[in-house]
Amino acid sequence: MQTPAAHDNPPLDKPALISALRRLLPAESLLFEREDLRPYECDGLSAYRELPLAVCLPQTVEQVREVLRLCHERNVPVVARGAGTGLSGGALPLPNGVLLSLAKFMRILEIDPVNRIARVQPGVRNLAISQAAAPYGLYYAPDPSSQIACTIGGNVAENSGGVHCLKYGLTVHNVLGLKVLTIDGELLEIGGAALDAPGYDLLALMTGSEGLLGVIVEVTVKLLPKPERAQVVLAAFGDVVKAGEAVGRIIGAGIIPGGLEMMDNLAIRAAEDFIHAGYPVDAAAILLCELDGANEEVSEQILRVRQLLQEAGATEVRTARDEQERAKFWAGRKAAFPAVGRISPDYYCMDGTIPRKRLPEVLSRIAELSREYDLPVANVFHAGDGNLHPLILYDANIPGELERTEEFGGKILDLCVAVGGAITGEHGVGMEKIKQMCHQFAPPELAQFHSVKHAFDPQGLLNPGKAVPTLHRCAEFGAMHVHGGKLSHPELERF
Amino acid sequence: METAMDADIGAALQNTLLEAIAQRTPLRIVGGDSKSFYGRVTQGERLSVAGHRGVVSYEPTELVITARAGTPLAEIEALLAEHGQMLPFEPPHFSAGSTLGGAIASGLSGPRRPYAGGARDFVLGVTVLTGKGEILRFGGQVMKNVAGFDVSRFLAGSLGTLGILLEVSLKVLPRPESEQTLLFESSDRDAIQCMNAWAGQSLPLSGAVFDNGWLYLRLSGSTAAVHAAGGKLGGETVTDTTTFWAEVRDHRHPFFGDGVPLWRLSLPPATPPLDLPGTWLLDWGGAQRWLKTSASAEAVRETAAKAGGHAALFRGGDRQSEVFHPLSPAVAALHKRLKAEFDPQAILNPGRMYRGL
Repeated sequence: MQTPAAHDNPPLDKPALISALRRLLPAESLLFEREDLRPYECDGLSAYRELPLAVCLPQTVEQVREVLRLCHERNVPVVARGAGTGLSGGALPLPNGVLLSLAKFMRILEIDPVNRIARVQPGVRNLAISQAAAPYGLYYAPDPSSQIACTIGGNVAENSGGVHCLKYGLTVHNVLGLKVLTIDGELLEIGGAALDAPGYDLLALMTGSEGLLGVIVEVTVKLLPKPERAQVVLAAFGDVVKAGEAVGRIIGAGIIPGGLEMMDNLAIRAAEDFIHAGYPVDAAAILLCELDGANEEVSEQILRVRQLLQEAGATEVRTARDEQERAKFWAGRKAAFPAVGRISPDYYCMDGTIPRKRLPEVLSRIAELSREYDLPVANVFHAGDGNLHPLILYDANIPGELERTEEFGGKILDLCVAVGGAITGEHGVGMEKIKQMCHQFAPPELAQFHSVKHAFDPQGLLNPGKAVPTLHRCAEFGAMHVHGGKLSHPELERF
Repeated sequence: METAMDADIGAALQNTLLEAIAQRTPLRIVGGDSKSFYGRVTQGERLSVAGHRGVVSYEPTELVITARAGTPLAEIEALLAEHGQMLPFEPPHFSAGSTLGGAIASGLSGPRRPYAGGARDFVLGVTVLTGKGEILRFGGQVMKNVAGFDVSRFLAGSLGTLGILLEVSLKVLPRPESEQTLLFESSDRDAIQCMNAWAGQSLPLSGAVFDNGWLYLRLSGSTAAVHAAGGKLGGETVTDTTTFWAEVRDHRHPFFGDGVPLWRLSLPPATPPLDLPGTWLLDWGGAQRWLKTSASAEAVRETAAKAGGHAALFRGGDRQSEVFHPLSPAVAALHKRLKAEFDPQAILNPGRMYRGL
């Protein structure tokens, strides 16, 4: 007999669930009054809101295990949450489910400077790891813009990136071990302080699994030595195509910058107004190119990069004079999202990736769509690794504008897929891009994702409805996305 | 880029597999057959992927290469070298015929691994023929892609027990401008300390091996950086920098040649010398240790586990029993469920990794 997906179940007996949870958790670790649930109604993607049945804030791994066992037994969906900074609605609660916050797991369990690892609880903030490692000259490399707030557990769940991915990798490249609780309360120890583990690469599968496979209760990360020197060059361009070409030239010359970021004019102006980073506000685009490593190598590369940028037609090339100016150049970039937030009532951040060489056509198509939808777009781009963050400016108070924005955003992601890229580079699919998953993957691949999920969570209780759409949902969406007169999934039943 | 031997036999492989599924015939997947010694003995009809070869696309400025699984590693590396690039994880070539598919399916990496990353770290996407007979694509040709579960990296190192790799996209990197090898006379204990102390500093390290009283340290990067680091570290400079590292990578170094059962221990790198009889060669700055020993499998595994690592009987010895480190019951059960979701009839390299998998 086929059981319906857990999230489609009728609402269960809430009082009975609450009293069962009360037996497992101290009073301060359980929230169920409407006003107490409110802070958990959304994550960083506030356009989607929902109140859970209850919020659990366990303090011990044993409590997490007990909560999971209870939910498993009673067929209650569970959504895990870290700091709630995610941008794809991955931690959006379910109205008939428990929201499991790992926020109280804030301890750094071990910094081992000799083996260059940190063992931490999932609620530890990304930046706190680097701060704890700093006395040993070490740091944790992935640095999402939200690093002062986001947690390592959330980073693992989303496979978060940052501005240094091209050289230092994503979360998946920097995690060595995990302790994970499955929905039935079984503890999986995956990897550890060695560079690999026997058997299948479960670390790869868990990283970026968006809370669908298990609940992370401990993380071991790799620590890297701080580069001896880091230096940033800022280049201004009269048009974005030239800036894009400059990126290809730098990489073609055998240089892998620590960070290589592009911003377009609207993003430059917003950031400059906000941070006063000293950006040239008349430029069509700027590139920030950070070179790091041994002192001698950085010196050589700075000269080479300056030359390459000039050859690529930069109108201005500036090397940060000192550490203070370098920090300022980066502050403007890292604050680009909130800066755009200042000039528009709302903005919607996209996260597509593309092969870098397709940048000119993608940007000009986005500009066309921007005119078509009459919604301005600021472009921020992790240029080194092809991860584009178009920020669509809109006003949620104007009826219909959010819907138009979402439709526009969807078209940008379809465009990324069409040029050989992906619908998400670092923010995850979550609730937000569930539709676009049907464009990125064919039904057999989606079915295989469900098979993987089934091996971990046969009842489908962990974060159901996120990250991987059911084939039925794709068929429903498919009716809305007709390409060249052809339905997306002609093999599926329509209803 | 194209060679006369390039061929796409994906459809033929799929047909063979579908037939095998129908007949429930187990298959033994072979690329260059250079790692037949690795893993457990597996029974099955030989299915060669070697004919499925050729570079499908290569964009030096995008840092991405895509090739069919049967493409010889040597061919890929030669093409990359023409453009001043390389496979940063230095996959071992246990014979001249070693293929890309075999390198990824085994997930093995050479001396650069602790400093640059391993095989799985450079996988961007795969096309795979699963045990259900379906050709599926995961990942892609872009650096960042977090849509869906990371099945492509998950397949790296799965020894062909989940699917037959047809195509692999890899991230590649520029070759360093300069390389230098330094030699220090040392005890094993001191060598482990030095290798780890240096790995914690901003130095252009790309290899650290301890063998028979000598510590070999490789530096890679810009000429100025390599020169400066060499000056800081001291030691003797070895003139022939490539032979030693290639010999260690491919197990052509004299340490490996004598037919004694060879263990691979993967450990936290700074683990002090372990109390096991036999001779050692330490690679990966201490994180990968090769051991030739008469000690029992139980003793080797227990010692490795106590140190926070694991041990595999890499070459030789009893290959009917388990050769890889035993998994915890919960993890082993999950492996079986995953295997069933990719290869429900259990016909792909059955038992190559673990009995019953």
